[in-house]
Amino acid sequence: MSTLTYTVADSTTMLRRNLRRLARYPSMTLLLVGMPIVFMLLFVYVFGGQLSAGLGRALAAGHAGRAGYLNYVAPGILLMTTAAAVQGTAIVVAMDMTGGIIDRFRTMAIARASVLTGHVLASVIQTFISLAVVLGVAIALGFRPTANLAHWLAAIGVLLLFTLALIWLATALGLAAKSVETASNTPMFLTLLPFLSSAFVPTATMPAGLRQFATYQPFTPVTETLRGLLTGTPIATNLIEAIAWSLGIAIASFLWATHLYDRRHAR
Amino acid sequence: MEPHVSGPAPLAIAAAGVNKSFGRTSVLHNVDLAVGEGTIFGLLGPNGAGKTTIVRILSTLIAADSGDIQVAGCNVARDPDGVRAAIGVTGQFSAVDDLLTGEENLRLMADLHHLGRAAGRLRVTQLLDEFELAEAARKPVATYSGGMRRRLDLAMTLVGSPRVIFLDEPTTGLDPRGRHTMWAAIRQLRADGVTIFLTTQYLEEADQLADRIAVLDRGRIVAEGTPDDLKRQVPGGRIHLRFLEPELLHAAGRALETAVHDEEDLLLVLPYDGTVAALRHVLDRLDDAGVEGTQLSVHTPDLDDVFFAVTGHPTTEATPAP
Repeated sequence: MSTLTYTVADSTTMLRRNLRRLARYPSMTLLLVGMPIVFMLLFVYVFGGQLSAGLGRALAAGHAGRAGYLNYVAPGILLMTTAAAVQGTAIVVAMDMTGGIIDRFRTMAIARASVLTGHVLASVIQTFISLAVVLGVAIALGFRPTANLAHWLAAIGVLLLFTLALIWLATALGLAAKSVETASNTPMFLTLLPFLSSAFVPTATMPAGLRQFATYQPFTPVTETLRGLLTGTPIATNLIEAIAWSLGIAIASFLWATHLYDRRHAR
Repeated sequence: MEPHVSGPAPLAIAAAGVNKSFGRTSVLHNVDLAVGEGTIFGLLGPNGAGKTTIVRILSTLIAADSGDIQVAGCNVARDPDGVRAAIGVTGQFSAVDDLLTGEENLRLMADLHHLGRAAGRLRVTQLLDEFELAEAARKPVATYSGGMRRRLDLAMTLVGSPRVIFLDEPTTGLDPRGRHTMWAAIRQLRADGVTIFLTTQYLEEADQLADRIAVLDRGRIVAEGTPDDLKRQVPGGRIHLRFLEPELLHAAGRALETAVHDEEDLLLVLPYDGTVAALRHVLDRLDDAGVEGTQLSVHTPDLDDVFFAVTGHPTTEATPAP
């Protein structure tokens, strides 16, 4: 077998290990998928009526009221789902790195990359299952995407790229953490960022300093792109910005994570 | 048992001039090691002596600052994957996946060794039986007892049929039964021709298992040889006599001229060769001197004695040299 076949074989083995762990202990996944659903219910049913009145023209054509706000907020909720799911990535990576098993892997002649790729691939699958669940709940509540097949594929592509970026970031945070407790806290800022973006209200309604931050942070262009693809609002340069942010975060985090992994001597 | 060797036996582990510091703390000084193929080598030392650091260096987990190290014919620095393909490591900290079952842990190892489906299944079943884990095979490891975890840990190390095995304090924390099970497994491995590098804090363990023993003291090898070589350097056992009053201690001391006094604990310590005659001699002398109210205990040589004999100081924990 060549090096590449070994890398693929070992990564598949590690992926299987991580999926088995996820399936056997689903409580963390359920907890992480519950958070965006709770926020969606809160924002649509508690604040939605009032917010939709204030949003006016920001809502997609033909949408108004609570239902209109659901269509406005659902794409941002999907990104929040990703941000919440990757907290799990940081935790499982830190569990591996602070436990004894990483030393066993390191003393075996296995493809070096397979430990991290196994975690990343399992997290992608876990996150997309979460996304499907949250999207299902949104549709059950009355979310009505207008996207055609091409729009859906593009939306999945944007979500996949952004998800990969956040997963590599969470992997690096999990590797950098000295304990599992730290790893469960450091990625939490990611779930806060959707609130400081155009996910819940247009950035134009925010005060000056916050508005600039919200306009130039990654969640805003990704939200706008996703909202445009799913509900037909204008996208303009947001797609390019979304791709640039995602690639930038993914590459920087990948380099950081592999650096930490190569350097780290677990205990 | 005298080995019948003609010419030098091939070495499974050969290390020369190994040094390692963590920051400004020097942990290993000029360590040389030579472990013959198919033998059990015991590295004996207290906590903090540097045993785990040596295992981590030999098993490619960390790099030495200097020194030339060959394991299973491969250079640790230049060909770590060659070393990894030949070794198995069971560290001090359990290296099992708590969330998986025992069987799944072993299957994971079989997959990572690319054993293939049928061969992997066979090896896993065989190891589950061998290590008395068949009954608990489908239970999550989190529910295992300490001894079961340790057995699973060793079984996982053996999935790839390594030629050289590192065992870092394999019996620390095990009950006597667990310890004997582990010893039997280690002896079986040697019978199968595997080389074993074992660290331990217990002289008895090294004595029971090892063909050669090295004593590590604060990062230096201070003695090396067969268990018999080593025990020859130890003055043998001791008899402790404990008294209730200083006057009795002094009286007994006068009767037993070879004794060492410990005024503070009212204790007399005598060298003892383990014979009945020597013990009777001591008791007769005490009777003659009319010393009563004495507590007597007999001590066989332990790590402390070996240490005292080869270093001239008692074992000291976790105080690396400056």
